[in-house]
Amino acid sequence: MKFHDVIEFALHALEGYLARTLLTLLAMTIGVASVVLLTTLGEGARLYVTDQFSSLGTNLLIILPGRTETTGTAPPLTGGTTRDLTLEDAASLERSRHVRRLAPIIVGAAPVSFGQLDREVTILGSTASLFEVRKLSMSQGQFLPELEMNLASPVCVLGYKLKSELFGNKKALGQWVRVSADRCRVIGILDEEGLSVGVDMGDVLIMPVASAQRLFNSSSLFRILVEARHKEIIDKARDDIRRIIKERHEGEEDVTVLTQDSLLSTFNRILSTLTYSLGGIAGVSLLVAGIMIMNVMLVAVSQRTAEIGLLKALGAPRHQILLLFLTESAFLSLLGALAGLLAGLAGNWVLQQYFPMFPFVAPQWALWSALAMAILTGIGFGLVPARRAASLDPVVALSGR
Amino acid sequence: MVLLRESKQVNNQGPDAFFITLGHVDRSFKLGDEMVHGLDDVSLQIKSGEYISIMGPSGSGKSTLLNVLGLLDKPDQGDYRFQGQNIMQLSEQELAGFRREKIGFVFQAFHLVPRLSAAENIALPLMLAGVSHLERTDRVQQALENFNLVDRSHHRPDQLSGGQRQRVAIARATITRPSLLLADEPTGNLDHNSSLEVVGVLEELNRQGITLVVVTHDSELGKRADRVIQMLDGKIRTDA
Repeated sequence: MKFHDVIEFALHALEGYLARTLLTLLAMTIGVASVVLLTTLGEGARLYVTDQFSSLGTNLLIILPGRTETTGTAPPLTGGTTRDLTLEDAASLERSRHVRRLAPIIVGAAPVSFGQLDREVTILGSTASLFEVRKLSMSQGQFLPELEMNLASPVCVLGYKLKSELFGNKKALGQWVRVSADRCRVIGILDEEGLSVGVDMGDVLIMPVASAQRLFNSSSLFRILVEARHKEIIDKARDDIRRIIKERHEGEEDVTVLTQDSLLSTFNRILSTLTYSLGGIAGVSLLVAGIMIMNVMLVAVSQRTAEIGLLKALGAPRHQILLLFLTESAFLSLLGALAGLLAGLAGNWVLQQYFPMFPFVAPQWALWSALAMAILTGIGFGLVPARRAASLDPVVALSGR
Repeated sequence: MVLLRESKQVNNQGPDAFFITLGHVDRSFKLGDEMVHGLDDVSLQIKSGEYISIMGPSGSGKSTLLNVLGLLDKPDQGDYRFQGQNIMQLSEQELAGFRREKIGFVFQAFHLVPRLSAAENIALPLMLAGVSHLERTDRVQQALENFNLVDRSHHRPDQLSGGQRQRVAIARATITRPSLLLADEPTGNLDHNSSLEVVGVLEELNRQGITLVVVTHDSELGKRADRVIQMLDGKIRTDA
């Protein structure tokens, strides 16, 4: 039997039971389309997050106090507690020629009030460098002034959301707000754009790091953000940082230095896993579609028993009958899969129109694996009905007994 | 009606002068708890070009005999030679090949594929045999002309009369130029006129050389054959 004839016969048979064929195609279409859409969402989230990270600049290093390691010595004399990161540590890092600029950060929460309005917000204590390091932008006024790190100053910069909560449409620049027991003068408002990873920069109050230390009565830093001179020397900058801190901390390497790359790859890994699991969940619907194909083909075999008997009488051997019915189920899954791909991509396009900020791009691997999965389930689940057809006794099949 | 036959040479083939030889063939089925003897020690010899009718009441084993002759059913015991070939030793695939090339079937219920046109139904055995589309079209066209179906070629079975359907079925059964044509109650579902027409077609094919075996319980049709085999309870009662 010619290949072309097998195809034509199978298509003809599918056409002969149109309603049933279309319903099965629909099931497969939904299965494949959901794989495409869900993996697109996962992939989109990944791209979105990594894009946000990259916008911070890939030559960023983040220093955290403490070291991620497991130690197990006997009761330590020096104590297991790590040394705090201090402003002096931060200042000493400026010695490295690989460091372009750095911004020490203290984070805390405190009530901020103006007039009758009171709001609990995140307080960031930092320096003027933070503006460059975190690629912030201003909508009004200016950022923190260039000061010595250890000098406090009663000035602050508000996030746009905090500003509108406290001041509404009124002028905020030059006003004094109360932060816990202190007061500071508003000298700038951040731009609305400033939402960057982790912290909602709309709802913060930024003040000089020394002022924040006084406010929270603590000298230890939460982070030091360091910008290396180039992306290429980021490893050298990290080594420098470790060396300098180690010197200062009596030979103890008790800080963790994260690079943008390592953070990025961690997020990448997490979000890729998310994408895979979304794909897996959607894959279940492919399985359901496969079972539906099996069901439909079983019905087809029992409905077309006489036809199968006839084909056998006309001299079709087992393997030919098997091939004919497998081709039918393969077509059901293939056509359904193609329709599903189109539906999924169309869905992506529609979503993209509504959410232009979010990248709706279906990952290549998902398209191919959805297609392959669909065809494999079609053939896999088609095998049982096809074998049943092939093993029918022609005498029984023809007599309709 | 033109059918090219090469049946004469079959007679000269090998030491076995007979086209078909059945020797002491048994075939029984289990129906519930009972064993039913479809065929009970049946021996039969058929020469090439014969016109045979098999008659008998229902359950007498005539259909079973036809199925065995047509290689659709395998005997439990006995000997079956088809053109000198020992059928009992053939595999499922070889049997299918024999059916495809040497045997044509005509059924009471026509068994046309409902979604295919008359022409496509006739072409079915050629398609299964892997004959090219071009050659198929030629041969099907020839068959449509031979069986007076040219104007019906694109009609589906449900658009044809009973007589036309059976003519399509006969055209399909003979499209591969088989040497044996087996007809199981070919007029069972037809009115009188259509029956005469179909019988005429079958007998014409026989005159052109095909070996024709008809199973029927219509004695009028049965008596038309050159040789009438009467069956009862799985045995051949008379053979004349």
